[in-house]
Amino acid sequence: MKREGGNRFVLPALALLSVITIYPILYVIYLSAHRKLLIFNISRFIGFENYQFLLRDDRFWNALKNTFYFTGVSVSLELFLGLCIAILLNRPFRGKGLARAVMLIPWAIPTVVSARMWEWMYNTDFGLLNYLLGIKINWLGSPFWALNAAIFMDVWKTTPFVAILLIAGLQVIPGELYQAARVDGAGSWQIFRKITMPLLRPAILIVLLFRTLDAFRVFDAIYVLTGGGPANTTETLSVYAYKVLFQTLQFGYGSTLSVVVFLCVGIMSIVYINLLSRDRRI
Amino acid sequence: MCGDYEYCLYKPSEQGQANMRRAGFYILLLLVCIYCAGPLIWQFITSLKPDSELTKIPPLFTGSPTMIHYLSIFKGHPFLRIILNSAVVASSTTLFSLMIGSLCAFGLAKLRIRYKALILGFILSVSMFPPIATVSPLYIIIRALDLRDTWWALIITYTTFSLPLSVWILTNFFKEIPDEIYLSSRVDGCTPFQAFYRIILPLSAPAFLTTAILVFIFSWNEFLFALTFTSTTASRTIPVAVALFPGLHEIPWGDIAAASIIVTIPLVVLVLVFQRRITEGLTSGAVKG
Repeated sequence: MKREGGNRFVLPALALLSVITIYPILYVIYLSAHRKLLIFNISRFIGFENYQFLLRDDRFWNALKNTFYFTGVSVSLELFLGLCIAILLNRPFRGKGLARAVMLIPWAIPTVVSARMWEWMYNTDFGLLNYLLGIKINWLGSPFWALNAAIFMDVWKTTPFVAILLIAGLQVIPGELYQAARVDGAGSWQIFRKITMPLLRPAILIVLLFRTLDAFRVFDAIYVLTGGGPANTTETLSVYAYKVLFQTLQFGYGSTLSVVVFLCVGIMSIVYINLLSRDRRI
Repeated sequence: MCGDYEYCLYKPSEQGQANMRRAGFYILLLLVCIYCAGPLIWQFITSLKPDSELTKIPPLFTGSPTMIHYLSIFKGHPFLRIILNSAVVASSTTLFSLMIGSLCAFGLAKLRIRYKALILGFILSVSMFPPIATVSPLYIIIRALDLRDTWWALIITYTTFSLPLSVWILTNFFKEIPDEIYLSSRVDGCTPFQAFYRIILPLSAPAFLTTAILVFIFSWNEFLFALTFTSTTASRTIPVAVALFPGLHEIPWGDIAAASIIVTIPLVVLVLVFQRRITEGLTSGAVKG
């Protein structure tokens, strides 16, 4: 009974994670301090030069701005719409299973496929969207609309997912609380503000954590829908980093951009996790 | 039961109001469903249109549905091979992720290990790593190992990135199995490993199914690594093929629509059959934190 050899059970997972995630993270930091051009087999240590270049790189600042705009707008819209849908559907009704399955469809479809679907719906001349709205907007070709068009697609894809997580959060709230509040004469809005919102806070924080991190590293949706264009107006950090890495093959500077994404995501997750653990202590 | 109870509370004059409210609810529900499924249905209609009708206004329906796009993606392109690549990569990943993940989860849930919380925290933090941050070194490693454009490059990467999810769901499930069940099997002379696969495994089928579905969907849909590590049809997966769909002069919308429908069918089936399991898997993190 004494010797269980528990470590042996955990070891394969830890080994794989170390080799495929931790080692690359260290390696990417190492690469970011080099000038590395893969095709010419050039690799030279240059210290912080890549980071100094980054600060002067307008395209980087543009990508950073786009990434924050994409993340902020899409996550807020998803949270708002998801909350509406969750409150609507948080009751027993016939066909609940089917409704839930339909809501899982956008989440389950590969992002690449949904980008292709929306690309066709956004088509200026023959797209469904312009036809239904009775307008003629060049959604993906105009610098103003393109990033917003990508946001709409992301909102479509992930709002149902947000709603499902929030419904789970709502179901944990005991029904007696609502009955008691109603007996005391509280109105719907009061009930929502004083009971639903505070008790749903942990679920909302989890949703925000998942969605913010996901939206911040957005790649597939933008890469397929617009490729970063027109004129880099939709280029996010991941897309820019990918282009530098694999289209111009500058592994040093591309890695520097990757490190920045990693740091941003790291800071955001620490903030969220602190908020969450503070909630739990109360 | 609950519905009947509420029903009795209404006076006859209020019953009409309740009916109205119910009708309103179902209209909103219908809107939500159209919002979710609409784009896919539209893609399905597009896939059935002959090329001449694709550019017709109004675009809503087609007078002469055709299978031509479905035939052309299999005739013109190695689409069958690409589906095979995706199927092999996604199922192998699922298998490996469950094997490695369940061993780790069992250790964390039932065995005495030092720094348990630290290990679990480390594993979960990996799920927050942005893929773009690891793609360049992984590319160099895979190139050095001569694994470029092979199934293995993707299987190894996906298995690793899906481990946090597997470990998390399975650890939570194993923890709920009473310790006595495990301990009594140990008293009966089982080694920890025997206890794991004779006692714990058979009890955990539902959790394994949930995990398997989520990992499968993740690997079936992944794009960034697939785009980077594959270069020919030898290993190219569906998302890459759909993203790089060949078009000589203009984008072949009908073919793309047909391809989208084909690759989405397995996912829609999974979602319809296992919606309850998937929801449980997705929310196990949100509710328990």
